Amino acid sequence: MYRIRRFEQTSLKAYNAGKMGGFLHLYTGQESVAVATISLLGENDHVVTAYRDHGHAIAVGMTMNECMAELFGKATGCSKGKGGSMHLFAPDKRYWGGHGIVAGQTPLGLGIAYALKYKGIPGCCLTYLGDGAVNQGVYHESLNLASLLSLPVIYIIENNGYSMGTSLARSSAFKQLLAQRAEGYNICWDQCNGENIYEVRAKTQAAIVRAREESRPTVLEIATYRYYGHSVADANARKYRTPEEIDHYKTYHDPLLLWQKRLIDEGILTEEQATAIDYEARAEADAASRFADESPFPEEADIFKDIYSELDHPAEGENAPRGTFFFN
Amino acid sequence: MALISYRKALNDALAEEILRDENVVVMGEEVAEYNGAYKVTEGLWGRFGSKRIVDLPISEGGFVGMAVGASMLGVRPVVELMFWSFAYVAFDQIINNAGCVRYMSGGQINCPIVIRGPANGGTNVGATHSHTPENLFAAMPGLKVVAPATAYDAKGLLKTAIRDNDPVMFMENTLLYGEKWEVPEDEYLIPMGVADVKRVGSDITLVAHGRAVITCLEAAQILEAENGIHAEVVDLRSIRPLDEETILASVRKTHRAVLVEENKPFCGVDAQLAAMIQEKAFDELDAPIGRISALDAPAIYSPPLEKIQLPTARRVVQKVLATC
Repeated sequence: MYRIRRFEQTSLKAYNAGKMGGFLHLYTGQESVAVATISLLGENDHVVTAYRDHGHAIAVGMTMNECMAELFGKATGCSKGKGGSMHLFAPDKRYWGGHGIVAGQTPLGLGIAYALKYKGIPGCCLTYLGDGAVNQGVYHESLNLASLLSLPVIYIIENNGYSMGTSLARSSAFKQLLAQRAEGYNICWDQCNGENIYEVRAKTQAAIVRAREESRPTVLEIATYRYYGHSVADANARKYRTPEEIDHYKTYHDPLLLWQKRLIDEGILTEEQATAIDYEARAEADAASRFADESPFPEEADIFKDIYSELDHPAEGENAPRGTFFFN
Repeated sequence: MALISYRKALNDALAEEILRDENVVVMGEEVAEYNGAYKVTEGLWGRFGSKRIVDLPISEGGFVGMAVGASMLGVRPVVELMFWSFAYVAFDQIINNAGCVRYMSGGQINCPIVIRGPANGGTNVGATHSHTPENLFAAMPGLKVVAPATAYDAKGLLKTAIRDNDPVMFMENTLLYGEKWEVPEDEYLIPMGVADVKRVGSDITLVAHGRAVITCLEAAQILEAENGIHAEVVDLRSIRPLDEETILASVRKTHRAVLVEENKPFCGVDAQLAAMIQEKAFDELDAPIGRISALDAPAIYSPPLEKIQLPTARRVVQKVLATC
């Protein structure tokens, strides 16, 4: 969690220094969700998420260097500078993005689960979405298909209370529990508080077992909170909610501090160890920022690479690529 | 060679590829137990079972996205859209996910998916079911677009599309499903990006794709019989990638071109071709490039008017006579 938090702080600093452009959707405040859930995954389990994807990327084991360089648009980024903040990928770590369109990833997670079942692999796909995504049609189509086809997909709703500047009360007609909509699709659902990592892990584990052993989907809603705006370009970040609300969460509900305190209380961690972890995380993030800064941008010729597999890996002889692919 | 229908050619291609590769899965609405809304998948469910031929509910956005996700892990879904007109409810999944995931991941992820189905008007079903979206999808780098005009091409191109590691939009035509052509019994593949000269001529080049090729062949016959004009008919077969060389070679020979498509004219496929020809063969042209497209209105229902909204052989003939 310290690594995610320090990565985000460093990326914000770099953004404000003009080192990157576009959107930057910070995960700060929500760290416990990605860490608690992804910490349970095994070698056959997969992850796909939306555009607030840095936390998941680091949790699956991507390096800060490749993530930061991607934010900077550098050739050393995980996507060679072609994806950006919202589109981090590491298929070697079974991390399938990083998707920019709200709920657009929800059928992709379904498809990954479909492929696992098709190939007879006992795994699952954790598919993350925000509270804003639950009102997109394709999410509901995915829930119906997940249940109908009995697929091992786990939808994790990271409910931070706001879809951009619109509160839950102003966006969802059924306000009690977003996960409860799963009942309409005959899908098991549950809800938990993201501050309590033991609870999140227990409920996620139940879903993973259901996926692996019964090939059944789950919808798990996890209450959380984001400290910054929707993105750092969110001009109204402190207008649709009060500064007091944000301060309240930071003071009393910070998942990182609560978890650290709990581990210290339980005798698992010492203050000195916690300080050392934080120190290392800061140093790692600073080094990643320097790495990204010193890395080269992609070459102009790279614009036309990584579009078609056929051109990136051309066959020879009669199967060689034919015709014009690009029209400049 | 046996005469087989465009529909049967597609059916054979699917069956052969299912047998060849255990990762090929045919999925869509009514493809299995119903035997296909247009019977393209007839008999496949009985032959290969529910794992390989999968019925799905009416959720194009959901199941196209599901197929894209499955393809990222090496499944090779062949998704049937009952009509390509229904692709519009799955647009985000096709454009943003199938079309961009390879690029945005820096080439780390492949999306070997085929989306196929009829993309044509002319069947009295009104505007919502008569779209011809090949230009929309061909405008997206990352996607490939194929539109075969004959049973022979349909079979060879579909087999190639299924083996391809990039997302292929495969556009068929319900008015051709029952038409028959000679198709070899031995296996063959047709590469994408290779046009086919369907009729050799010396006086004018007609360029078309899909059913417009058949219209052009009919027009060419009329032109020869009535006007002594020998038209060459170039069938694109594949729109992206595009075989520019075959088009240009024909234009260099005939010095005149009329481009024919069942698409609407504005930003149509032929707008791209016209720009390309004038840029690369300007000095070869003895007349302005002509275009015949669907009349530029939403597809009309009224049957007699619908017939004239799509390009007709007579309209092609008139344009050729004005060009020659």
